Order: sequence, then structure tokens, then C-alpha cells
Amino acid sequence: MATLSAPRIVSSRSEFADSFTLSRYLATGGYVALRKALTMFPEDVASEVDQASLLGRGGAGFPAGRKWSMLRKSPVSYLVVNGDESEPATFKDHYLVERDPHQLVEGVIIAAYALQVSQAFIFMRGEFALGLERVQQAVNDAYEHGALGPKIFGSNFSLDIVVHPGAGAYICGEETSLIEALEGKRGFPRIKPPFFPAVTGLYGEPTVVNNVETMSNLPWIVNNGGAAFAALGAGRSTGTRLFALAGRVNRPGVYEVEMVKNTFRDLIYDPAFGGGVIDDKSIRAIIPGGVSAPWFGPELLDLPLGQDEVAEKGSMLGSGSIVVMDETTCVVRAAWRITKFFSRESCGQCTPCREGSGWIERAMYRIEHGGGRMEDIDLLLDLCDNIAPGLTWPPQQTTICVLGPSIPSSVHSAIQMFRDDFVEHVEHGGCPHD
Amino acid sequence: MTHFRIDIRQRAEELLALYPRSRSAMLPLLHLAQEQDGYLSDEGIAEVAQLTGTTAADVRGTAAFYDMFHLEPVGKYVVGVCTNIACLLAGGEEMLEHASSTLGCAVGSTSPDGLFTLEETECLADCNIAPVVQVNHRYVRTTTPEAFDQLIDDLRAGKLEHDVPSHGTLIRVRRSGGLHASRAEIAAERLEAREAREARTPKETK
Amino acid sequence: MTDVARTSVSISVNGRSFDAKAGELLIEAAERSGTYIPRFCYHPRMEPVGVCRMCLVEVEGPRGATLQPACYIKVAEGMSVVTDSEKVKKAQDGVLEFLLANHPLDCPICDKGGECPLQDQTLAHGSGETRFVEEKRHFVKPISIGELVLLDRERCIQCSRCTRFASEVAGEAQIAFSGRGDLIEVAPSPTQPFDSVFSGNTVQICPVGALTAKPYRFSARPWDLDQVESTCTTCAVGCRVAVQSSGNRLTRVLGVDSDPVNHGWLCDKGRFTLDSIDGNESSSDPLSAATRIKEPLVRRDGVLSPVSWGVALAEAARLLERASHQPGGVGAIGGAALTNEGAFAWQRLVRDVLHSENIDAQYGDGLDAALIQALPRATIDEAANARTLVTLCGDLREELPVLFLRLRENVVRQHNSIVELSFGASALRSVATVSLAVRAGEAHVVAQALGRSGGGVPQGAAFSEDDLLAARRLIGESGEGVVFVVGRANLAERAPVIESAVRYLAERFPDAKFLPALRRSNVVGALDMGLSPQLRPGRGFDPGSTGRDCAQQLAALSDGSQRALLLLGGCLLGNVLDVVQASAALERADVVVVTGHGGATLAYADVVLPAAVQHERTGTVTNIEGRVTSVVPKIVAPGSAWPDVAIAAELAELLGQSLGLDSIEMAAKAIEESTGYPALSVLNDATDGVVVGRHSPSTTPRPLDPMANPGIRSVESAGLGALSGATTTTHASSAPSPASATLELVGAGRGVEVPLVDAYSLRLNLSRRLYDQGIAVQGSAALANLTARAVLHLNHFDLDRLGVVTGDLVTMNAARGAVRLPVELDDSVPRGCVEVPFGSLDESGVDVVRPVLDAGAVVTSVRLESR
Ligand SMILES: Cc1cc2nc3c(=O)[nH]c(=O)nc-3n(C[C@H](O)[C@H](O)[C@H](O)COP(=O)(O)O)c2cc1C
Ligand code: SF4
Ligand code: FES
Repeated sequence: MATLSAPRIVSSRSEFADSFTLSRYLATGGYVALRKALTMFPEDVASEVDQASLLGRGGAGFPAGRKWSMLRKSPVSYLVVNGDESEPATFKDHYLVERDPHQLVEGVIIAAYALQVSQAFIFMRGEFALGLERVQQAVNDAYEHGALGPKIFGSNFSLDIVVHPGAGAYICGEETSLIEALEGKRGFPRIKPPFFPAVTGLYGEPTVVNNVETMSNLPWIVNNGGAAFAALGAGRSTGTRLFALAGRVNRPGVYEVEMVKNTFRDLIYDPAFGGGVIDDKSIRAIIPGGVSAPWFGPELLDLPLGQDEVAEKGSMLGSGSIVVMDETTCVVRAAWRITKFFSRESCGQCTPCREGSGWIERAMYRIEHGGGRMEDIDLLLDLCDNIAPGLTWPPQQTTICVLGPSIPSSVHSAIQMFRDDFVEHVEHGGCPHD
Repeated sequence: MTHFRIDIRQRAEELLALYPRSRSAMLPLLHLAQEQDGYLSDEGIAEVAQLTGTTAADVRGTAAFYDMFHLEPVGKYVVGVCTNIACLLAGGEEMLEHASSTLGCAVGSTSPDGLFTLEETECLADCNIAPVVQVNHRYVRTTTPEAFDQLIDDLRAGKLEHDVPSHGTLIRVRRSGGLHASRAEIAAERLEAREAREARTPKETK
Repeated sequence: MTDVARTSVSISVNGRSFDAKAGELLIEAAERSGTYIPRFCYHPRMEPVGVCRMCLVEVEGPRGATLQPACYIKVAEGMSVVTDSEKVKKAQDGVLEFLLANHPLDCPICDKGGECPLQDQTLAHGSGETRFVEEKRHFVKPISIGELVLLDRERCIQCSRCTRFASEVAGEAQIAFSGRGDLIEVAPSPTQPFDSVFSGNTVQICPVGALTAKPYRFSARPWDLDQVESTCTTCAVGCRVAVQSSGNRLTRVLGVDSDPVNHGWLCDKGRFTLDSIDGNESSSDPLSAATRIKEPLVRRDGVLSPVSWGVALAEAARLLERASHQPGGVGAIGGAALTNEGAFAWQRLVRDVLHSENIDAQYGDGLDAALIQALPRATIDEAANARTLVTLCGDLREELPVLFLRLRENVVRQHNSIVELSFGASALRSVATVSLAVRAGEAHVVAQALGRSGGGVPQGAAFSEDDLLAARRLIGESGEGVVFVVGRANLAERAPVIESAVRYLAERFPDAKFLPALRRSNVVGALDMGLSPQLRPGRGFDPGSTGRDCAQQLAALSDGSQRALLLLGGCLLGNVLDVVQASAALERADVVVVTGHGGATLAYADVVLPAAVQHERTGTVTNIEGRVTSVVPKIVAPGSAWPDVAIAAELAELLGQSLGLDSIEMAAKAIEESTGYPALSVLNDATDGVVVGRHSPSTTPRPLDPMANPGIRSVESAGLGALSGATTTTHASSAPSPASATLELVGAGRGVEVPLVDAYSLRLNLSRRLYDQGIAVQGSAALANLTARAVLHLNHFDLDRLGVVTGDLVTMNAARGAVRLPVELDDSVPRGCVEVPFGSLDESGVDVVRPVLDAGAVVTSVRLESR
């Protein structure tokens, strides 16, 4: 059974209908952490975060404290918050920006203070019209309240936050692509090196990019101390985390769960969370961390929800999205639809991703919709191999950014786990489920 | 003489003031241009090019990278139906087909009355209420064919003008935040903070 | 510990160790060591982007060997690289297969077929059969994206070379990627065509047949092409080119990567003017620029009629001889289109045979030739790398386009500064650090303001004190590390205004160098060969000369003190400011014209001698920086046209004196031996040329990579001058150089009086445009309809004052009449000024501007009326 003793760190205001307003925020302990942080030395705030061992919640799971320490010294530097959330079936940031925008804003101010940055941007997915409004309102309120702008709360620290709308492009979640979009360009990811925007980012200046959820954890960490955060979870995976549960479950939704202490099975079946599979069907496969992640079969359901635990089994917790596919699911169709997504969202700048995603999608389409050939199955694997050589995890890549090697994950998983389904599709001349 | 209406132009100038470099205002400005014209007209593009110090080809090419920008006129309501993985598992494809027949237009085109444009979208990050439908980027949370038809009737009847404003996602909240602190003051502040910090970190002894 | 900057690092490629230059790209280092890594998007003259992924190689790193793009990563000490493993091969084959997936494979009907890097790669490495059975991506087949360029999006491999060239090199993103994923396409704006003057470069560097040039389309197959390496003489930059022909027909000109000069780029005028040379078979009207003069003509009963060479030469000799009896009775104008050898021969004819000092290669539209010789000359490289570059000239993109590209580097790559003294629209403005607006008649005042250490903005000047101070700071006290680019920005302002500014700057900043922005083909070579009253071959100087320059000769012809005029080139009327005065002078004179092209000037010719032109003759030419390079004929001149040297030699013979210059080689040898000016040695060896009077370090030209230069034949190809091998800089002889010009000895630029302009008038700025009334444009069907339109450019203050908006018609009242022209808003024009393109045409194709102007004024003022 699931461990429910952990505090709610980022979803604590979920029972209030007006959770997004300044009055509710102030009534529930809002901006206390910021006032506290402002009495601390910036480096001490940073070291709390370092102690918390807060792993980035955007997908790559890089420790925030370490990222911050890489910020190159420069007269100007920037903090950019990644609220682009477009990884399919991931909807936890959406929840945070609509339901608790002040928590995000306070987190950003705390981070900016710790980093001694005086200009921050919150990049929000353009399709979050309401989220944009709520966060902008929260920013406006924060200025009114003295929590933003010159000399915050009378301290010697000033900060401006600009809320920047995206315009519909998944790739802009990739941090360098996001920076390009913030510079007003096409969202082409930048080639590495430099590997970290903390060295060269927005306008060529050092820039820290962190996820919305990562930022939203900061008020709690400042209030309760990094050690309290690190005491939750286990190993490298500390604290709690929001999981977006979707697919064939009875209660899809966003759930805050203590890391490692719970398993995939807990999340899917516990009545407090997913409440089981629809019509009690059996699970064929789950996608453990967004569609970029390789799939797991039901035999891995008892794996704890921890970053390293999942990595050891050849996948990732990624963006915190878990999709459940049951007996009624056509895995070929699912893999095809995911490839279609990548093909539509490839930025188009590098060859293997641009051409490979389209090719794989079209071949998958034929298998699913009729016209598939037996040789297509191995052709697909070889095309995947040409994007992510060796088809290992973590992947190698022939592409500029890691969208490329995300393309093979589902196709490779599906063929590996359900080759018979593919054979059946080819023999049947299309999807037998239709 | 500008193509932007006075109020839009004024908001455009406010936006430009938010950013250290004018090109950075590209996406919000394009949202504004679309808010005014319903799509990105040549004139709107030219004005954005002028405001951001770029060329029309560059603005157009940039806009065409992003799904939310329309380079051709679209209906008053852009209806997006998600068919990505979570919605696929919840009947997104069927919902899209239904929408197409209700609206009387193929996916990617505009209904005969010119009111609706139907799009198949990628994941809209609201997967717990799947299949997800958005109208002008507002979540309408209709997951059944009947609810969808009701929604369309309501839109047609003008009952949802408040919940679903026409184009423009930046429309309701004034974007007044940003660049309030003076650059010079901040530079002095940062310098002071750094000196203070250096003073309290003991120099490493060789 | 002190850090010694390393200049080389040791790396290993496929187990072989060697030294590479620190900071160099792996792809370059590997190539020099003999390992060629395949590539598509990489171009040596642009920033690497690493997008095509063709150049993936295995690089040993902390996490084992990973695939890295060799075009993007820089060598580092101890780097270990493998380019031939199974893994690399699979990755590269995979990329190639992906590139071909949506490629239409329509090679048989593609202009690039036969010289296509994608085709070559596929033949070399491709698997032979395709695994791609899906429907290919479809686009409408070639669409016109500009006046000169077609785009076939199906063939595009998204390498972004063209779009990067447009934004990174040319600085104008008229084409850009549009869309996303595999629907990404190169696109112009529907409202603004791709009309960059550099559009042809995108065609040249496209590694497939996606971009093709309209003039070249379907005109030849690569295997039929024959090629020579030469120098473009369309303007005075002197870009190196590969000239290709099929049979005796010019088919294509491609830019060759000359390290000191053009980096492989060309402007569209030089690239596409080919049909002005060989393309106009149809026209035979000698008054049309589209006509090649193929046989000698003599005026009989008022009509120019074909005659034999013997008859024409005899008639020419008779006219010139008769006039030469009268002191100063004969003179020559023109010669900028000649080779150095031709110019040398003609000046010998005028000075030694006709005993006249009346000689001028400029049409009164340049700067004093002796003053230019007296300035410490900068090379293009020095200007592109100058700590501070100061421009005191017109819009270089319109005047010397490839020089503009090179100077843009000064800011974009070197991060140095540009101070722009700006007269009107200018493409360098967007990258200039400081821009000081200069109105007609003010250049010398502004120069003096720059030179003073104290004191503020001159009264009435159109710039701020902050800008002036910033400019002063950037220039510094002595001008060390500063290069001034100086030219005639405004043809409606007389030369002494700029000349006195230039003199002042040269005296005030003794450590600065100067690059003259003279624009007409080999004008610098012609002046160096003495085609100017005070100059002598080999940059010699005779301050005592009393010969007449162009304007003085025209005046002397009008008043009868000069009787005959030898025109070296047939474009006098297209170039002088005062057409009325020039026509009257020609009317009275005996006129002998040596020219390859027809034109309006021939209406006054008594004898026309047909000459070979660009791409038809051998010799050397000198560019603005004083670099001497060779020109090589690719086709035979039409009809019975002769090389200039031969015409001069024959004419001298008939006038009773032998020049002893019976061949180009003899002329080149004579130049070298009598003056020490490089000619014969350059004719025979150096490809990148030799800068006169300087010992530059020998450069190792870049190896010829077909991917960097698609379409340019390899070194072995017929007729191509050696591209490898060091350039020599030795002067062939130690002959005494003639006395040279110095600022003290030269008279030009001493004082100038500018009359006041009344408050109701505007100062006129007649600025150059690339597409003007010259033969290169008017003689070319491909370029003629690009000719600049006559439009009045005004800033918004003056537009408001007149109460008009862009597009409205306005009457311009000038000294000799009024014209009605449309206005256009242009805030780069200083207040109180109006800018009009020189050599522009109105709606009906008529030059209406020049006839109403008074060329005598120091500054020209006009009044505008909106009625
Ligand atoms: C294709 C792609 C899409 C991504 N999308 C997102 C996203 O939507 N939101 C996000 O926070 N991070 C996203 N990331 C990860 C970011 O690049 C970056 O690692 C993250 O924003 C850093 O924040 P964190 O350290 O707080 O996790 C994406 C990465 C890739 C490669
Ligand atoms: S891998 Fe795909 S998304 Fe990433 S840079 Fe290459 S084309 Fe763009
Ligand atoms: S990625 Fe290196 S040549 Fe294209």
C-alpha cells in the first residue's frame, strides 16, 4: 500500500477553490519563505537547496544545487523558468501554474535571490491561456505586494519577472530551444558544446533554466530547511514529486507522492491515486516517464518511483508522466501515435531526426493502417539505430538534441515487447483491433 | 501610420519595453497581431518585423515554426482536439471524427459558415479529462460527443463569449510586470552584494 | 604560472598523430592531414552549425567514444578521433540515406546533375537501392523567389547554407527557414522577393539543385563546361572567379575563394552580366548598350558604317594626327575597363605619340588621382580587421558589394568597430558602432570635428555630441589601427569637399591607412598606369603636368581649344553628371571610340574601333587595395574585335611610331622593366595576386573542397590556374620607381568654399546604385530590369513638411528644369537633404534626373513642391 505520510510540498493548497489568489496565498503562509530568505545570505539559500538535493523536475533530473553552482560569473545573468510542459501525458506543471501561481513566483524570487540574478523569465506554454493569465496576475500582484520590483520587501535586492508566452512547439521545452524562442527566433535547439546554459545562455549570458515544479519546491525548502526535504525519499531521489497519471486508469490525475517510498503499482492501484485499471483489465505496458522513455512491462510494476531505480531498468522517470496501457490497447497504434508526435514536433534542423521521424511514422502508419511488410519491422529497428546508435539507454545519438533519440523509445519498446502484434498487423493487413 | 490599432500598438510598445532586446518580443507580438487580425496578415507581419528590427521573411519563417500562429485566415473559433497518447486511449480519434462531422469540415479546414476551424492537436496537458478539447486555447472540458455538440451550439449562440474570447491568449491580463527596477541601480546593488560576499568568504590560504 | 598561448595541439586521427592549429575545427585539421570527412552543411566561410550530421566521427571522451560532428568541434590537445570505424560508417550512411529519403532524385533534369555533392556522395557511399517506399514530400516544383533565383524545395536538404549566407554573411534575412520538422522549407516573404545583390551566392553554395540561377538554368551540363580562373572586372574589388563556357558561349561565373579578397563570394552584377558580353546576338544598333561592337565603324554621311580595320585605323589616325598639331588639341578620356597592359599602351600612345598630357581614366566622378596615390593604402584584409573602420563613402553594398561583405566582418567576426559618416541609406549602418549623419557640403567640416580633441558639434550638424565623442574615442589620437574607406558619396557634390576631408584626415591621423572606394572596374590599374594628367606609369607623379582632366577636356572641346577626343570605352555619357555639357562638347569634337559595347555616346563617334572585353582578353588588373591579379580569356571576342594593346600598337604604327608592345607579354614585361610595377610575374604565376609595393607573407590557399565550391572544377581541370602553391611577392625587376605622390606635393583637397543653401531648398545627394546605367546592367537581359528607379528619398521631417507620404508625386525644381517623381520615406537621409539614385530611370525608362542638374555647383540644392 502506498505511503501517504509525507507532507504535501507543492500541492498543499489543492483543496481551496481560490488557491491561485494572493489573499489565499498569504493566508496559507505565502511569501513567508521569501522574507526569511531575504534575511539569509544568498549563498546560504543556495546551500539549503544543495542540501535538499532537489533533482530537476523537468525531465533530465539534474540536481538544481549543482546547476546553480555552475552559473558563470558575469555582470548579467538570467533565470529562466521552463513552463513549456508539452511532453505528452505530462500535466503537472499545468496544474501548478493554474492552481498555485504564487508559489511558483515566490520560488522564482527565492531562486533569483540565491543566484543574485535580477531578471527572470517565466516561459509558459502558449496553449495555457488560463495559466498565462494566472501567472501574469500573480506577478502583477507580487509587484503590488512589494515582493517583486525594486528593493523587495525593503531589502537590497531587486528583481523583475517577465512572463513569456510560447506559441505551440514541443521542442521549446528543450532548454536551449526555449532560449532561442525567448530571443524571438525559431526554436532550434542549440548545438553543444557549450553544454550548459549556465555557461552561455540567453543573449550569450549565463542563464539558469529550471522547471516550474523545481521552482515551486523552493518556498517549502526555505521554510523547512534542505535537510527536511532530503529526509524524504531515499538515495538521490529526495522529497516528493508530482506524477501525472493518465491512460487506462480509473482516476487519472496529478498526485504528489514521496519519492522511492511508493511503487508504480501503488500509484496505479491505490484508491487515493489511480484507483486501478478501468474495468479491472490487466496492464500490457506502462510508459514510466513521458513518451520519450522506453516502456515497462507489468513485471516492473513493483519498482519504486525513484530516479536511479528506474534508470537501472533502462528507462527514466523523466517528466513525471505515467501512462497505463491495458489489454484493450493496440500497442502498434500507441507507438505509431507517439512517433507521429515526434515527427510533427521535430524542429527539423538535423537530418536523422527530421527525416527519420517522418520515415518511421509513415512505416508505422502502414503497419497499423494496412500496407505493412514483414521487412518493415527490422527496417524500423535499423532506422531507430541510425538515430540512436546501439539502441541503448541512456541513448547515444546522431542528432543535435535529445528529441532525436527519444523517437526510437516507443517503437523499439513496442517491437521488443510485442513483436507478435506487429507480425499480426502485417499478416492481417492492418490493425486487428479495428 | 501603423497597421496595429492604437490599443494594440500601445500594448506592443509595452511588451517591447519588457525585454532587453526587441527581437525577444517576437512571440508575444505575433500573438498580438493575431489577436487583431485573427491570423497573421502580411501587414501584421510587416509591422512585427519593423518593431523587432527583422525582415518579413524572418518573421514569417519564425511564426511558421509555431503551431499557434495561423498564416492563413481561420474561423472565429479554432477547435483543437487532442489525439495524443492519453487521449488516444480515451477515444480522442473518435472525438476528432465526431467534431469533423458536427462542424462539417475536414481536419485542418474551416466550417462552411466560416465560424470554426478544426485542428488535430498534440497533447494539451490536461490528460485527466480526456479526450481534451480546446477552443481558442481555452479548455472546454467536454469529453463526450453530446457535450461537444452542446458546446458548438453554445458557441454559435454566442453564449460563451466570456469563457472563450476570440483570438489572443494574452488578452485579459495586462502584462505590466517586468523592467521596473532601474538598470543602473541593479548594477550597483549587484556589485555591492558581491563585495559583501567576498568580504565574508575568507580568502583561501595558499 | 604564466600561461603560454599554445599555437598547436597534438591530435590523432585513425591512429595517426599530427599537430593541428589550436582552436581549429576538427574537419579542417583532418582534411589538411589527408583525411577528408564528408559534409554538407559545413562551409569554410561561415560559422559551423553542425546540422546535417554527415560529418559524424567518433571522438574519444570521458564517457568513451561518442559520435561528434567534425565540422563543429574544435581540436584539443590529445584528442583521439576515428573516422573509419563501422560505427562511423553506419552513422554516415544512415544520414545519407535519410537525406535521400525525400529527395526527388531528378538528377537528369537538374542543373546540379554532374557536379552535385549529394550525387557524388551517393555514388561513393550510397547503397544503390532505396529502402524508402513511402510517398515523398511534395512541393510545387521550382518557384521563383527573386528576379534571379529559382527554388525547388523538393531537392532541398535543409543544410541552411543559403539562409545562413543571407543572415550571417550578407546581413539581410530575405530568405529564412519556415515551418518545422520535415515540412521545413526555405522561403522568402510573399511581400518581399529575394532581391539581395548577393542572391547568386546562395545558388553557388547550395550543395544540391534546390537553388538555381534563372540565367543559367538548363543552359549547359557540367561536363560540357570548360573553365579558367580569372578576375572579375565588373567593379574594382577584383573578385577571383572561375569563368566557364560551353563552346564559345559564356555559361557561368563562380566565385573562387581568394583569401585576401572575396572569400568565394560575388555580387549578382559580376556573376550575371555574362549575357552583356556574349548574349545579345539580336541587337546591332550601335547606340544600344545591348550591342556588341563586332567590326570597325566609320561615320559616312552621318551614319556609322562598317569598314575594314585598315580604313578605320587610317581614319582614326588622320583625325588624331590633325588635332595634335594644335597644342593640347587632342586628349583621351576613359580606360578604366582596360587591362593594365592596355592602359599602359594607350597612355604611351597619348603621351609619346600624340604628345598630349590630356588624359583621364575617371569621368569626374571619382577623387583626385594624385591624392589617392599619396595616401597610405590599406589592404582589404587590413580594413576588415582594422581596430576601427571609418567609412567616408557611399553605400558600399551598392558600390563595391563584395568589399561590403568583407568589411561587415570587421564587426560581425572581429568584433571591432565601425564609424560611419553617413550620407544616406547604407547597408553598413546596422552594424556601425557610431553613425554620424553628413549632409552635402559638410564632409570636410565633419572630418575636422573628428580630428579636434576639444570642441563640440559643428553648428547645424545632424548628429549629437555623444556620437561625435564616441567616434573620436574609437579613432584615437594618431589613427593607429584605423582604416578610412574614402570615396565620392554624392555625385551632386563636387569632389573637393571629400578631397579636403580626406587630406585633413590623412594629415591629422598619420598612422591611419586609407582604402579608396573607387568603383569602376580597373580604374586603379588605369591610374597606376598613368591615365591621369599628373600620374605616370608605375604610380609615378609629375606635379608640373598641365594636362586636362575629364571635365577640363570637355570644357576645352566646347570652346574649341581641344579638337579631338579619344574615348577609351564607350560610356562617357552614362557616367558624367552634366550630360548636357558633355553632349555639346562631343558634338563639336572629332571622336574616336575604342569600345566593346554600343551606347548613347556612339551617337557622337566618328570612328569606332571594336575591342575585346572582360572574359575575352589576357592581362593584369589592379584592385582598390593595389593588388595585381591576372585576367584570363575564356571566349574569343566576337567578329573582328581586337585586344586593346593591339589596337594601340597599330594606331601608333600608323602615326609613325612603334610602341614596341606587340603582345600582352611584351607590354607586361615593359611595365615591369620600366617601372617595377608587378605585371609579367603576376601574369605568369600568382593567383591571389601581389599587392603593389608590399611584401606580404605568402599565403597558402585553401584546398579546393568540392563541397565548399560546388561546380568549380578541380585543380587538374582544363585551363584552371593552379589553386595550390604559395603566392610569390617578388617584384620582377629592380627598375627605379618613378617619383611618387606625397600629400605635400599634391594640390587636391586644399580648401573648399561651400555656398549657403537657403532654408527652402534641400541639398541633393546623388548616390550610386549597383544596378545603374552602366553597360554591365543595361547590356544584360538578366539584369536590365533591376535598374534603380528614380525616387526621391526623404526623412519623415521633410516629408511632413511637404505634407506628402511615400508614393506621392513631388516636383523637384533644379537649376535646369523640373521633374516630377515619387517620394519615399527613408530616415537614413539626413534632415534637409534629398537622396536620389544616380543613373536611375523613371517609370518609362528615361533618366530624367541628370538633365535638370547643374554640374558646376559645389553642392546642388533643389526645391520640392508637393503640387
Ligand atoms: C525535447 C525536450 C523537451 C523538453 N521539454 C521540457 C518541458 O516541457 N519542461 C521542462 O521543464 N523541461 C523540459 N525539458 C528539459 C529541459 O531541457 C531542461 O532540462 C529542464 O527544463 C531543466 O529544468 P530542471 O533542471 O529544473 O528539470 C525538455 C527536454 C527535451 C530534450
Ligand atoms: S534532434 Fe530533432 S528536435 Fe533536436 S535539433 Fe535535431 S531535428 Fe531538432
Ligand atoms: S554537421 Fe558537419 S558538415 Fe553538416
